[in-house]
Amino acid sequence: MTVIDVDRLRMRYGAADVLHDVTFRVDAGETLAVLGPNGAGKTTTIEILEGFRRPSAGRVAVLGTDPAQGGDAWRARVGIVLQSWRDHGKWRVGELLDHLASYYPRPWPTADLLAAVGLTGQAGQKIRTLSGGQRRRLDVAIGVVGRPDVLFLDEPTAGFDPVARREFHDLVAGLDTTVLLTTHDLDEAERLADRIVILDRGRVVADGTPAALAREIVGADEVRWRRDGRRFQEWTPDSTAFVRELFAAHGTAIAELEVHRASLEQTYLALVRHAEVAS
Amino acid sequence: MIALRAGWRRGLILLRQSFSNGAELFAHLFWPLLMVGAAVALRGRDFGAFSLGALAVPGILGMNAAFGMVSLSQQLTADREDGTLLRARATPQGMPAYLIGTLLLVGGGLLADLAIFLVPAALLVPGLVTGGVGTAATVAGLLALALVATLPLGVVLGAAFGTARAQGLLTLPILGLVAVSGIFYPLAALPGWLQAVGQAFPVYWLGLGMRAALLPDAAVAVELGDSWRHAETVGVLAAWAVAGLLLAPVVLRRMARRESGSLVAARRDRALRRVG
Repeated sequence: MTVIDVDRLRMRYGAADVLHDVTFRVDAGETLAVLGPNGAGKTTTIEILEGFRRPSAGRVAVLGTDPAQGGDAWRARVGIVLQSWRDHGKWRVGELLDHLASYYPRPWPTADLLAAVGLTGQAGQKIRTLSGGQRRRLDVAIGVVGRPDVLFLDEPTAGFDPVARREFHDLVAGLDTTVLLTTHDLDEAERLADRIVILDRGRVVADGTPAALAREIVGADEVRWRRDGRRFQEWTPDSTAFVRELFAAHGTAIAELEVHRASLEQTYLALVRHAEVAS
Repeated sequence: MIALRAGWRRGLILLRQSFSNGAELFAHLFWPLLMVGAAVALRGRDFGAFSLGALAVPGILGMNAAFGMVSLSQQLTADREDGTLLRARATPQGMPAYLIGTLLLVGGGLLADLAIFLVPAALLVPGLVTGGVGTAATVAGLLALALVATLPLGVVLGAAFGTARAQGLLTLPILGLVAVSGIFYPLAALPGWLQAVGQAFPVYWLGLGMRAALLPDAAVAVELGDSWRHAETVGVLAAWAVAGLLLAPVVLRRMARRESGSLVAARRDRALRRVG
């Protein structure tokens, strides 16, 4: 079942097109990462899907509804992890979750939710006294309090230290829902996503699983070796077979063998390098 | 239904928070009691046959009722700035519940402040008519009308003056408005064109209504045209109420529609840069 369906989405601010014919789909249960450098259009895309912005053209459906027309019943099925700043600072953690749960037809019980995000000990604490990492976990708890069928996260770990980042990844990986997240962090996309869409300057330049992307776009592993004092370099889609044949043919004459697997990082850098240079 | 219930609960939680932390509790007590002090200090000074203190009490009540408008507008701006409004937008029924909760917070806080002012003032300032059930009912009715006339305007102002800085600028004309609204001295003492300006806004009429309710009948001699102008008071306040109620939902929807995560993030970055 398709949960998010984006078809030839366009966004224009003044004379500049920010999104050009962006098209992708997300199926139920999938976690999709929208990856791209700053200014690629990730935030604009996710805010259109959240119903916070209207696109200039194109068709968008989230849970079968155009987000711009989504009513309360639709809202209740959509979770959004907002980057909190200092809102509700005077509220206590458990108090705010209890309150927000009362807006939804089938919310998580607060105690279970607090346990799931590791904030049981902070239930009675005022929100403004939470650490940055705790506060982001609360943001996730608020995002999923209504047991959403789809969850949106925009740059969820921007400004995190490595420990908080790891905790956050474990938390998101354990969620049982369709997830769309934006990030410019390759490692994060690879760790969390079943599938990755790479946006560059408002266009989808790649769409697939991390492994498939690496294979399709870089296309080949790089093999380097030295034989009889000469350096060799070869690109091959199947580096294992290539190396086997190399040894069969030349045996011990082969030295300094290096195999560089096609990686998502190479894919990504190849795709967006020009954008980074331009910006 | 969900919006009503959730909004009501939200308002009660906000009110409890507002009366259970030191800084806000101080504000709730400080200003009303300062006003009591001012009224008490003025009770020996006479204006015609009446003490200035007695004349000032109803005016101060009226002025504070009108200031609910400013608090609401500031609350709205703060909630937009820190992302509270966006969270409401991301929640089913969130906007109506937010609005109800905020109206309860500001309206309830205002009524509490007025009670904190009026009860000691009634005991300490001679020359007020505060005994009868009729007076209490009139004051209560007038306050209800005051809230309906001014709080929706607060929503409009909050939407129009969207940043904390703009809200700061807003207090100047409001203070000017209070100056020409006959709160601390009778409107009759002002030049005609300023009288006209004062009478165009609800602050003057709230003060006039309060004076009509709380002062002896003879005090009417101080008013324009020697009349309490009950019908005009209700008419002007009702007109402001209708205008506010028509405008407020439209501007609030417009304001909320433009909110998004990136806007809140941009404001946060700006604020952190200012601090850092």
